[in-house]
Parts: sequence; structure tokens; C-alpha cells
Amino acid sequence: MSRRETPEINAGSMADIAFLLLIFFLVTTTMDVDTGISRKLPEKQDPNIKPPILKEKNVFEVNVNRRNEILVEGDTYMQIADLREATIKFIDNGGGVDENGEECTWCGGKKDPASSDHPKKAIISLQSDRGTSYGTYIAVQNELVGAYTDLRNKLSEKLYGISYTQLLKDAKNSSNQSLKDKIANIKKKYPQIISEAEPTK
Amino acid sequence: MSKFKKQRKGMPAINTASLPDIVFMLLFFFMVTTVMRETDLKIKKPQLPKADQVKKLEKKSLVSYIYVGKSKDGTPGDKLQLNDRISSVKDIKSFIFSERAKHSENEIPRLTTSIKADVEANVGTITDIKIELRDINALKINYSTIKGSALDNMK
Repeated sequence: MSRRETPEINAGSMADIAFLLLIFFLVTTTMDVDTGISRKLPEKQDPNIKPPILKEKNVFEVNVNRRNEILVEGDTYMQIADLREATIKFIDNGGGVDENGEECTWCGGKKDPASSDHPKKAIISLQSDRGTSYGTYIAVQNELVGAYTDLRNKLSEKLYGISYTQLLKDAKNSSNQSLKDKIANIKKKYPQIISEAEPTK
Repeated sequence: MSKFKKQRKGMPAINTASLPDIVFMLLFFFMVTTVMRETDLKIKKPQLPKADQVKKLEKKSLVSYIYVGKSKDGTPGDKLQLNDRISSVKDIKSFIFSERAKHSENEIPRLTTSIKADVEANVGTITDIKIELRDINALKINYSTIKGSALDNMK
């Protein structure tokens, strides 16, 4: 008697079924991850509370008008490409002391007495017009946040030999306490203080 | 006779048994990465601005989206879309409340509002949105952008 072989199962149509599903998912898929600039809105303020008194030299004023032109410190028209550099200069100036009377030992600025005292005191104030285009507004925000990121990166390189952005990336994948401490330390040294004024009409 | 037999032998069929495996592999890849589009856009698809200081949005289920852009029929002014209909700024509060109702109590502080606005939208519209959001304590927002040089936005 000849040996009977088990007949092979015809799997040819399996591919068709899989292809059908594959094409469905190919069409419906959107690969883009949502990215964006994260912000936290200020909480609602009691209108009776008086705003704290600030020295004018500690405030870096950025105005954007309805023609998307940028005015810095009330007297200099600036191109968006130069904004980051100017912001860094202002934050990193370190001309004086913070509220505890300590000098900024990590600042690399010029220590100009006419500019900001300390990164902890330096405030960026952004005011735009209602007619400003959203693109410009985002570009300005991006440059301001970028200035802080640059400074934090520089400090982190100096202290830990690794950039701040990398630190954040590493911290996301691990629960290492020393990483978190490092991040907190750098955040404390360059706190991000960006205030937004109500837009002009 | 022998000639006849030779002809019938022909080429052996190519074994396609592993084809489904390959296709399934691709299929699973796309199944895992796919995100079903939840809403149809009633406004013109906003052209998002570019920025490089971006963060990824962590948990998609915790994000509610507000779209700002031009209307499809070309009427001037910025249009707002919440869920799947064109709305006005006043509807934002109820929109956020309905989003909150979908989540548990302890997740509410982590809810983020993502603003997907067109490059050419007015800051005024965005400010109105932000004031509404601040009124109801929805403080975490995210300006949706695509990765790129921010300088391109100015053109």
C-alpha cells in the first residue's frame, strides 16, 4: 500500500484576507504623533490682589504688533532670528543677587548692572496684538522657550556632562531618583518665567 | 507517451505558505500604530505652525482638541471646531465639562487641551479660548505644532 500523504492545506487565500485587513489599516492609519508647545495657564487671580512690584530691569518686554513685527524692551525692532540670542543674554546676565542675596555663580553673562539681576528674578513679558498671526506668536513663544532650553542645556553639560534634553529623555524611561534631582536642580537654577499680558486690541 | 508525461510535469507551484506570515506582520504593525480619526474636520484643515521646542503629548485619552481655522466656504474670520461641529467660543466651557465627565475624578487635573490652530489664525481668537479655559480651571494647554524651524512661520 502506498503511503498516503496528508494533503497540504491551501493557504493561498489566507494572504488575501490578510491583505484586505492590511489595506484597511494602511488607509485608516495616521502616523503623526501629536507634538506641541506645552503651556500652563495662570490661575484666575483675585482682582483685589496687587501685582508684585518688579524692577524694570528684571523684565524683558517683548511686543508683537498686528503686522507681526517684534519690539523688544520698548525700543528695539528685532528679527525673530535674533530673539533667542537677546533673551539668553538677558536671562543669563546675573548682574545682581536673588531674593536670598545670593549671586548667580553659574551665569555666563556680562553682569551688566542695567540688565537682569538673577535668572530667578528675570521675567519675560510677552504681549501681542489681537491681530497678530498665530504663526508669529508660536515662533516667538518657541524662541523664548528655546532660550531657556539652551541655557539649561549649557548648565547641564557643565554640571553633569550631559545635556538637559537628554536628561529629560532618560528620565522618561526610568524612575531613577538622581536623574530627577538633577532635573529639578537645573530647573531651579533657570526657572522658566514667561508672563503673557492681555493682547492689545 | 513519454513526451506527454514530461509536459505535464511542468513547474512546481511556488510555495506561498509564508506569504500570510509576512502580510500578518505588516498588518500587526499597522494595527498597533494606527489611530482612528475621531472627528471629521468641518473647517479647512489647519496648517499647523512649526516649532522645535516641542513635547510629545503623553496620553491621548486625556487630550481634548480644539480646532481653529478658516471655514470651508471661504467666509472670513476664524472658525472653531469642538468635537464634530463648528462652535463659538462660548461653547468651550460646556465642551470641557463634557470631556471631564468622561474621566474619573483623579484624572481631571491631568486633562490637557490641545489647540490645533492655523498659522494664519489671529492671536485674539486664541486668547479668547485661553480666557474661557482659564475660567473653568482647564489650565494645561498645548499649542499643537509640527517639528520644524519656527522661522518658517513668519513667511
